Order: sequence, then C-alpha cells, then structure tokens
Amino acid sequence: MLLTLIVVLPLVGFFINGLLGNRFGKPFVTVVGCGLPIVAFILAVKSFLDLMAGGGTPIVETAFTWARIGERSFDIGFWFDRLSAVMVLIVTGVGSLIHVYSTGYMKEDKSFARFFAYLNLFLFFMLLLVLGRSLLVLFVGWEGVGLASYLLIGFWFEEPDNARAGKKAFITNRIGDAGFLLGMFLLFWATGTLEMDRINAAFMSATAPAVSASLVGILLFIGATGKSAQIPLHVWLPDAMAGPTPVSALIHAATMVTAGVYLVARMSGIYMHAEAASQVVTVIGVATAFFAATIAVVQNDIKKVLAYSTISQLGLMFVALGVGAYSVAIFHVYTHAFFKACLFLGAGSVIHALGGEQDIRRMGGLAQKIPVTFWTFVVATAAIAGIPPLAGFFSKDEILWFAFASERGGSPVLWAVASGTALLTAFYMFRLVWLTFLGKSRMTPEVEHHVHESPWSMTGVLAVLAAGSAVGGFLALPHFLEPLLPLPEIPEHLHHLETPLLVASIVIAFAGLAGAAYFFGDGAVRAARMRGRFPGLHRLLSGKYFIDELYEQLIGRPLVWISDRVFLRTGDRMLFDGTLHGLAGLARRTAGAFSRVQTGNLHLYAFLVIAGMAACLVWSFRHG
Amino acid sequence: MLLLLAMALFGLGLVGVIVRRNLLVMLMCMELMLNGVNLSLVTFAQQTGTAAGAVLVFLTFVVAAAEIAIAIPIVLVLVHQRRTLDADAYTDLNG
Repeated sequence: MLLTLIVVLPLVGFFINGLLGNRFGKPFVTVVGCGLPIVAFILAVKSFLDLMAGGGTPIVETAFTWARIGERSFDIGFWFDRLSAVMVLIVTGVGSLIHVYSTGYMKEDKSFARFFAYLNLFLFFMLLLVLGRSLLVLFVGWEGVGLASYLLIGFWFEEPDNARAGKKAFITNRIGDAGFLLGMFLLFWATGTLEMDRINAAFMSATAPAVSASLVGILLFIGATGKSAQIPLHVWLPDAMAGPTPVSALIHAATMVTAGVYLVARMSGIYMHAEAASQVVTVIGVATAFFAATIAVVQNDIKKVLAYSTISQLGLMFVALGVGAYSVAIFHVYTHAFFKACLFLGAGSVIHALGGEQDIRRMGGLAQKIPVTFWTFVVATAAIAGIPPLAGFFSKDEILWFAFASERGGSPVLWAVASGTALLTAFYMFRLVWLTFLGKSRMTPEVEHHVHESPWSMTGVLAVLAAGSAVGGFLALPHFLEPLLPLPEIPEHLHHLETPLLVASIVIAFAGLAGAAYFFGDGAVRAARMRGRFPGLHRLLSGKYFIDELYEQLIGRPLVWISDRVFLRTGDRMLFDGTLHGLAGLARRTAGAFSRVQTGNLHLYAFLVIAGMAACLVWSFRHG
Repeated sequence: MLLLLAMALFGLGLVGVIVRRNLLVMLMCMELMLNGVNLSLVTFAQQTGTAAGAVLVFLTFVVAAAEIAIAIPIVLVLVHQRRTLDADAYTDLNG
C-alpha cells in the first residue's frame, strides 16, 4: 500500500495541477506541486525504515493484475529492496528539492501550473521505473519519463528550436528503446517471466536459461545508451538543455539519465554472466566519458558544459558497471545527483540573475554579487572534480580503483583513460567557475546593473544540495548495497596499489584545478594563446567532433532523399495520387459527355420521356 | 368510340405539352392527358362490368388536384421572378 501510494501521489499532483492549476492560481499549484512529492519522500523514508527493520528483505506489493494470458499473469507490482530504496530516495528527495527551487525559478512564467503538472508526471513515471518489479512496469516508466522529458524540453515550444530539441530527444531514445524491447522479448521467451528478481535468479541458477546472456545484455544496454546518452546515442542530451534549468537538473542530470545505470545494475544477474556485454559496456562507457569531457573543455554555454559533463560522468558510471562494480556505479549516481543538481540549479541561479544570459564569455566577476550561488557552485564543482573529502571524490576514486583492479575487466589502460577523464573534469569545471564567477566582469553595463541574488527558495535548495555534495560521500553506499550487488574480486597482488592510486586521484583533481587556474586565471590570455596554436583541434572540439553533422550526412540526408524520391514522389504522388486522379478524371470526362443531354429544356425532357415510354411499349409488344 | 375519344384527348395533350411553350398551356395539356386516361378507365370499367376502373378514377382526380395545386403556385413564383411564361426561359438545370 505504501509503495503504491509513493508512486501514485505525484500522478495525483499531475491531474490536480494539470486540470485545475490555472483556475486556482500559483499558491495552490505550489502547495500541490511541491507538497505531494515531499509527502512521497516522507513515505519513501518510512518504507526505507521498514526495509531496514525487516533486515533488508525486499518489500513486495502487487497493485493489480494488468493482464492474464494463458497461465502467465502480468502484474503491476512494486519491489522495494536496497537498490530501489536508494533510487527512490534520490528521486523523491532531490526531486522535491528541485520542485521547491522551481517555485522561485519559474515564478514569472505564464505556464506555471503546466510546468508543475509535467514535473509531477515525470516523478510518477520515474518512481514507476525504479519501483517496478517487472521489466514491463519498468518499461512503462522508461517510456513515460521519455514523454515527460520531451514535454519539458519543449516546454517553451513557441521557440521552434526548443520544440526541435524535444523531438530529437524523443526520437533518439526511440532507437535505444527498440533494443530494450528486443532484449525484453528475448528474456521473456527464454525465462517465461518479466519479473526482474526471477530473471536474475534464473541466470544465477545452475541451469542457466537457454539464451546468450551477452546478447540480452547488449540489447538492454542499447536501451541504456539511449536513455543515459552514451555513444552513439548521446546527441540528444546537449540539445535537451533547451528546457527550463530545473528540468535539466532533475531529468537530464540527477534522475532520468541515470535510468540506464539503474537498469544495468538491476539486471546485474545477467551481466555477471555476460562477459562480452560487460566489455561492450566498459568500452562504450570509457569512450563516452573521455570524449564528452574533451568537448566540455571548449563549450561556452554554461548549461552545455554541464550537459557534456553529465554525459562524461554517466560514462564513468558505465565503466563501473562494465567492470562489475555495480554498487559503485549506484554510489556515483547518488553523489552525482547531489553535485550535478546543485551545479545545474546554480547555473539556473546565474541565468536568473543575469536575465537569461547563458554564454560564459559574457559573464565573469559574479562571485561578490551572488555569493550564495557562488559558494554552493564552488562546493559542487570541487565535489565533481574529486577534491577530498567531498562526495565526488569517494565515488570517483572507487570507480577508478575498480577500473584498475577489478578481476572482471579492470586494466591499467582503462584506469589511465578514466583518470584522464577525471583530470579533464576538474579542468573544465574550474574553467567554468573562473569564467563565470571570477576575473573581470564581461557583462554589458545594463545586465550588470540588474544582477541580483536569487530568492531564498532557490538559494536554500542550493545550500541543501551543496551540503549533500560535501558530506554525501561519507555514506558507504557500496557497503550498504553489498548483500544485493557484491563487489568484484580484487587480485591479491594489486591490493598494495590502492593507496598510491588514491593519492594519484587526489593529485589529478588538484592538477585539473591548477591547470584551470593557469589557463584562465589571468584574464584567460593563456587559453586564448593555446586556442591560437591549435585552431584545428579547437574547431573539432567546439564542433562536438561533428557527430551531429555526420549523422545528418549518413542517416538524415539519405532518409530525407528516400522519403522524398521513393515514398513521396514515386509512391504517394505517382502511384496513389496518380491512380486516384486518373479515376476521378475518367469519371469527370464521362460525366461531361452525359451532361450535354441535360439542356434544361422542359420540352426536350418531355419528349425524351415520351420516346422512352413509346420504346418500352414497342419492346413489350414485341416480347409479349 | 369512347376509347377513340380518350386516345384523341391523350394525344392532343401530349402534342400540346411537347409543342407549346406557355407554361400554363402545358399544364392544361397535362390535364387533358389525365382526363383522356380517366375516360379510358371508366370506359373499361363499363365494358368489363367491374368497379375497379371507376374507383381508380377518383384516385386520379385527387392526385391531379394535388398536382395542380402545387404546379400553379410554382409557375406563379417563377413568373414573379422572370416575368415570362415561356418554358424556354427556364433552362437553369442545363448541365
């Protein structure tokens, strides 16, 4: 009952705000829109305490039976174990905070009620996703968060670009979903159930199902690449920044994009037996992490930097999944939710203060003007850069350690690339801080005059999230998840390297900081000189490796060509329209010939009637 | 003999409808045709000694009365619009 309530509460909020919000005004929307997620969070805490009181035995709840086909029944059931508990607490906790923040950020927006309705809808689907016991329920949530993401990216749909970004996100995800669906079909065919605990148990048992675990693993991972923006389906996430900033924080940083990580961790029973699939996950993850980090170094839009940073961090999570350290990936999901949400909301606060400006080349020197935003941003930046003892340090260090030492695919090369990513992360994040908050102001006097600190509903949330980013790492989440997701074995001869690597990762974080200070500290002249020396590289990076252009050439243009030439001109216009127009023309010409008879002359009609009657008489006499 | 008269009436009406252009005259000719038919009906009734033909004549009367009651106003409306009784002036249904 409790779990169902957690899931349903945001849905109730969606209906109330969606149907009645405009009528009752903003205070009403605020109370409903923020209140229900907060209640859901409280209930989640209660469920968590129940779970702990029960010694970690999963709480199972079946809401109702969706369908019964033959002997199989498909239930809408919820499954609350340690893993779902962590996810539900992140989703409802960070989600509630972002709802509160949104009341300040969206205050002036005319579609206030619609915004909160969508946010609540998103929470509903996200909770369905993380609480579902069966892959089917998870898939419904999976598609639902995609829908909510689409609606919120295109929230300001008056701008065609925003609407286009929403479509891009939706369609790119569709490609991943095809893989996910195929994986689901295969699993159902092989194991006869879609309930994830049963599937995991089937793969763990001595008589493994007669299906290649790697094939299933890769298919499910294709779904995960779509939702979690990994190569080659990463292209939608940077464009998704067209949505309001709280959306970027909630959906495109803290929760939805980590759904892929959750999926792989949840199906760890399969991946443990799928060496090839795990290798694919590792390679894609590390490639995405590094590649996105290099792009982030040269981006000039404050939200785009954070978007590429998100892709990069998600890549690191997949590295952890690939080497079998599932709980470490979830640990990073958890710390990432704090610091990335804090960074995005901080960016939102900056944008809010500057009246919509997002280009960091026109910022600078904001530290004194908006101190709360600045300090929380710095804490979160230090956390993501991996400066001890902040949250990101612990999770990132664990990922690096398992990338190096795990028996299931860890290697020094993997560690080196992941560390390079960590170095770049520290570098571009401190670059962002420098260009945004420090140095001389590059704002126009008019903008500078209007700069103001955000209201307490925003700064308060920033403070809470910054506190989470600071101390969140002390929660030993991998240890907490160990009964469910055991850590991979570490070969004996590597144990002594743990401390040197720890030191190395601290050095890397500070090296990134120092690098940013060197290049951007002095009015960014050194950075400009670097850019002058490698113009080709800079063009490649700021063009995002021209992946979008490549897709346009390889997929977009041929598709348009085929649609235009084959389907539109040959198929639609020539075959269908041609046939129908031909028939219509024939009918028209025949009718034209016959209409000559219709002169409108009454005498002729009368004559024809008489003639016809006479002909009938003659005929009937003849054949009488 | 009466049948010949009936035929003559009918033929006269038919020729009138086809040849004459005046709408009212055409209507009158149609009445002639109807009455020709009526005459033939009663003649047949007398010859066979049954009442069916005679009964049918009453029906024809009713129908003819109704028809003319509608046709005359239509003609009046038409004339009101175009100020002419010439049937050739009303060729609006020309295809």
